[in-house]
Amino acid sequence: MNLIQPGALLPLIPVSTDNPAEQAAVLRGTGPVSGSVHSWDLSTGVDGPGTRFVVFLAGCPLACLYCHNPDTMRMRNGKRTTADAMVEEVKKYVTFIRAAGGGFTISGGEPLLQPDFTGEILRRCHDELGLHTALDTSGFLGARASDTLLESVDLVLLDIKSWDRELYLRLTGRQLEPTLAFARRLADLGKEVWVRFVLVPGLTDPRENVDGVASFAASLGNVSRVDVLPFHKLGAAKWEELGMEFTLADTPVPTAAQVSEARSVFTSYGLYAV
Amino acid sequence: MTTQQQRPTRSAWDGFRGGLWRDEINVRDFIQQNYTPYEGDSSFLAGPTERTTAVWKKITDRFPEERAKGVYDVSYDIPSTITAHPPGYIDKDRDLIVGLQTDAPLKRAIMPYGGWRMVAGALETYGYPVLPELERVFTQYRKTHNAGVFDAYTPDIRAARKAGIVTGLPDAYGRGRIIGDYRRVALYGVDRLIKAKQEEKADLDAMPHDASRLEEVIREREEIAEQIRALGELKEMAASYGYDISGPAAGGREAIQWLYFAYLAAVKEQNGAAMSLGRTSTFVDVYLQRDIDAGVLDESEAQELVDDFIIKLRIVRFLRTPEYDELFSGDPTWVTESIGGIGADGRTLVTRTSFRYLQTLYNLGPAPEPNMTVFWSPALPQGFKDFCAQVSIDTSSLQYESDELMRPRFGDDTAIACCVSAMEVGKQMQFFGARVNLAKTLLYAINGGRDEKSGAQIGPATGAITSEVLDYDEVLARLDQQMEWLAETYVHALNVIHYMHDKYAYERLEMALHDRHIRRTMACGIAGLSVATDSLSAIKYARVMPVRDESGLVVDYRTEGEYPAYGNNDERPDAIAVWLVEEFMRKVRKHPTYRGSEHTQSVLTITSNVVYGKKTGNTPDGRRAGEPFSPGANPMNGRDTHGYVASALSVAKLPYEQAEDGVSLTNTITPDALGRTPEDRVRNLAGVLDGFVTSQGFHMNVNVLNRDTLLDAMEHPENYPQLTVRVSGYAVNFVRLTREQQLDVLSRTFHGSL
Repeated sequence: MNLIQPGALLPLIPVSTDNPAEQAAVLRGTGPVSGSVHSWDLSTGVDGPGTRFVVFLAGCPLACLYCHNPDTMRMRNGKRTTADAMVEEVKKYVTFIRAAGGGFTISGGEPLLQPDFTGEILRRCHDELGLHTALDTSGFLGARASDTLLESVDLVLLDIKSWDRELYLRLTGRQLEPTLAFARRLADLGKEVWVRFVLVPGLTDPRENVDGVASFAASLGNVSRVDVLPFHKLGAAKWEELGMEFTLADTPVPTAAQVSEARSVFTSYGLYAV
Repeated sequence: MTTQQQRPTRSAWDGFRGGLWRDEINVRDFIQQNYTPYEGDSSFLAGPTERTTAVWKKITDRFPEERAKGVYDVSYDIPSTITAHPPGYIDKDRDLIVGLQTDAPLKRAIMPYGGWRMVAGALETYGYPVLPELERVFTQYRKTHNAGVFDAYTPDIRAARKAGIVTGLPDAYGRGRIIGDYRRVALYGVDRLIKAKQEEKADLDAMPHDASRLEEVIREREEIAEQIRALGELKEMAASYGYDISGPAAGGREAIQWLYFAYLAAVKEQNGAAMSLGRTSTFVDVYLQRDIDAGVLDESEAQELVDDFIIKLRIVRFLRTPEYDELFSGDPTWVTESIGGIGADGRTLVTRTSFRYLQTLYNLGPAPEPNMTVFWSPALPQGFKDFCAQVSIDTSSLQYESDELMRPRFGDDTAIACCVSAMEVGKQMQFFGARVNLAKTLLYAINGGRDEKSGAQIGPATGAITSEVLDYDEVLARLDQQMEWLAETYVHALNVIHYMHDKYAYERLEMALHDRHIRRTMACGIAGLSVATDSLSAIKYARVMPVRDESGLVVDYRTEGEYPAYGNNDERPDAIAVWLVEEFMRKVRKHPTYRGSEHTQSVLTITSNVVYGKKTGNTPDGRRAGEPFSPGANPMNGRDTHGYVASALSVAKLPYEQAEDGVSLTNTITPDALGRTPEDRVRNLAGVLDGFVTSQGFHMNVNVLNRDTLLDAMEHPENYPQLTVRVSGYAVNFVRLTREQQLDVLSRTFHGSL
C-alpha cells in the first residue's frame, strides 16, 4: 500500500508543481508561484501557538502508518493555487489573528515537497503581513529548505516519529537521518523548534525509543516544547474513502497513563513536554 | 427628576463619594463615583460555605421531580400580584437573602393578565384544577392582553401568523425584555422613588390640555399612578418578610436584599419571556467593598451573600404551555446579568464582585440561569479575561457581547435584556417583536405568495416564477415584493400587540424603576438568515431547478453544481447575508410604530429555529422540508468548513447598526480545539474573543463540550442534572430539552481538531 518505495531517493531539485508546463516555468523562474493545496482552515492551539491560519499542502514523501490526513499524501489530491491567492485568503484574517494572538502555519502533506511555494507564502506572511510563522514538517526534506526560506520561519514544528531507525523506516517508508540532520541545522541557526512525537502503543512507545528522541531533542538546545501526541484513529475513515488499508485499525490508543509516562521521559531531560 | 428632600440618614450613604446622584435618581453616577476597579486575578475568591451547600442541596434535591413532572408545584388558585402570596423560604433559618415568587420554592404562579387561555392550558397540561371563578373573572370581567390583541388583529396578520411566516409573537404571553433599574431601590429606598414619581405626575398634571397630545398625557398619568401603586406594593411585600425598604439599604447584605426584593416584585407580577436583571455586580460591589473596608465582612461572607442571591435567581419559574416550550425550550427565564465592560472614562467596570458572580458557577455548579453575560473588550484586565475563559471551558455557562459595539451607542450603564438586546438601564425599554421567517419568505417569492406547504395564498399574489432554471435577478425582484408585504404586516402586528400589552398587562413595577422619558425600540427580528442566504447563493452560483406539483406549486428544488456557502468568510455568500439584513431593516423602517418607538431588529432565534424549520418546506440550498434552521445568525451546520474563526467572521460582517437588537452566534468547540494544555486553552479562548470583538463581532455563545458527553447525557440524564449548554442567546440544562432539541444541538457543528 505504500505510495513510494521504502528508502527510494527523491529528486533533489525543488519542484513545487506536478504540472509539466508549470514545472518548466518554475524551473526557469518564470510564471506565478503556485502549489498544490489540499485545504486550509483556522485552528486554535494545535498547529503552533494561538489561533492560526493553517494551509495544508498536498503531497508527502512519507507514508506514515498512522497518518490522519492520508488524503494529503498525493500532490494530485490538491488544488493548484497561486501564492497570491493563498496570501489574499490569509489577509482576511490578519486583524483577527493579531488581536487573538497566533499566526500562520504551513503544513501538509509535507510543505518542503513544494519549497518555492512554501518559501514564497512564508516570506509574504512573515514580511508583508507581519505574522508569526510556523513550518510543520517531518524534516525529511529539510535539505530543500534554504536558509532564506528559514529566515521567514519563526517556529519549526518538527516531527520526530521514532529514534529507532528500523522502526522509522517501517512507520514512514523513509530514513530518519535527514530529519536529524535538519534538526541539527535548525539548532545551529538558533531557530525555535517544537518537537512533535506521536505515541503509538506497540510501535513508538518502547522506553528506549522515547528516550532516544528525548535525549536527542534535549541535546539541541533550541527545542522549547515537545508535543506528545496520543495516536488516534479519527483518520481511519479517510483511509477507507481513499481505498487504502489502514493497518493500525486494531492498534489501541494510548491510555492517559502511557501518555503521561512518555511526557515524563521528555521532562526528565529538562524539556517542556505537553 | 430632582428631589432635594428626604436625604437618608448618614449611616446608609456614609463613606460614599460624589453629589450628583444624591440630588437626582442617577445610579450610574453613584457607581462611577464609588466603585473600585479590580485588575487582579481570581485567586482571592472563596468557595461555598457549608450553609450555602446545604441550602442549595435543598433545591437540587427537588430538581429530578421537577424535571420528571415538568413543574414542581403550581399555585393554581391565586392570580399572582406583588403582594398576593404570603412569604416563602427555602430554609427560613438559613436564607441570607429572602423572598420567593410564591409561598414555596419552585412553586409556580399563575399570571392571567397576559391571557387566560395560556394559564388554563398550562394548568390542564400539568394536571391542576382550573377554577371556574377565576375563569369567569378573566374571560367575562377582566379583559386580558391576549383577548385585546385578537380583537385588533387584521385577517392578513392572522393568516401570516397561522402560516408560520411570522411566529413567536408575544400575543399570548408576557413580552418581557424590560429591565427595571432594581438598583434604585437599594440606593434610594422606595419612598424617595415614590416621591420622584409623584413629581413626574405633578408635571403631567400641569400639562395644557392640548388636543394633539391628549391621549398620550392621560395614558402617561395613569401609568405613573400605577407605578406609584406598584412601589407601595413592593414595600408591603418586603414588610411581609420583615424588612422596611422605604429607606436606602445600609450594608452589603441589605443592598442585595433590597435589589432582590425589587426584582422579585417584577417576577411576581410579570411572566415576560425574558425577565432580565440588569447590570448589578459592580453596584453591589460598592456596598460589599465598603463593608470589607470597615472590617465587618470577609471574603467568604461576601461570596456567601452573592451565592445566596444567585440561588434565588436560579429558581425563578414561570408557568408556561407546551407550545411556548417548543419555541423557547428548557424553561428559560433569561435572568440576564451583564458583567464587566469598560467605562466611558476608560477604567474597567470589572470589580471583585464581577468575579464573585462568576464564581457561583463553581460554588453552586454550572447553571443556565442567571444568564451570565460578559461585556467583552480587548481592554479588559487580563485576570478577568482569563477567569471568564476558564469558566467557559469548565461550565459552558457564559455568553459574550461586544462592549466595543454597545458602549458608543448606549453608554457604559447598558445591560442585555434576554439574549442580545442592549439597553441603557432605567432609560430605555423595548417592544419585543419575536421574528419573521426569511427562508419561507424566499419560497413565497418563488411561489407568488402561496404557501409552499398549504398552497394557500398568504403573501401578495405576485405571480409564480415559471422558468425551468431560477434566475437570480427575477427571484430577487419577487423577494423584494414579498419582503415589503411582510415588513408592513409584521410591524402592524407588533403595534397591535404592544398597544394591548400596555393597556392590559402594563409592567407597573418595572416601569416605576425607569425614568419618565425613555427611549423605546420596536425590536423586530429575522430567522432563517443562513438558509435564505445559501438558497440565494445556490440560485446565483449554481443551477437551481424548481420541482412543481400538479397545481404548479414549487415544492422542491434540484440543484446542479456547487455554490459558496455562508460561514466561510467568503465574500460572495456573505454579501447576500448582509444585503438581506440591511434590506429587511430598510423595509421595516418604512412603517410607523406604536409610541414612536425606534425600529431595530435582531438576528436571533433562541430555540425557535427548530419550529421554524418544521414549518418551512424544501429550500433551494438543499435543506429538506422540516429540517431545523441554524440558530440565530449561525451558518448552516456542516457548511462552515474552515473552522469556527472563519465562520465567526462571516457572522461578524452583519452590520450591527442594521441589527442593533443583536446578532447571535453560537459556537461549540471541543476542548482539544482550544489547545493542548489547560493554560493554552484559557489563553487561546481569551484571544479568540479579543479577535472576534476586534473584527466587529457582536455576540458569541461559547460551548466547550465533547459530543460524547451530550450523547451520554441523553442516555443517562440522571447523571447530568447540571449539564449546561448555550443555545442561542441563552443557556439551558441540556437534560431539560426535548429530545428533538437535544438532537438539534448534537447535529450542530462541533469545531474539533484532527
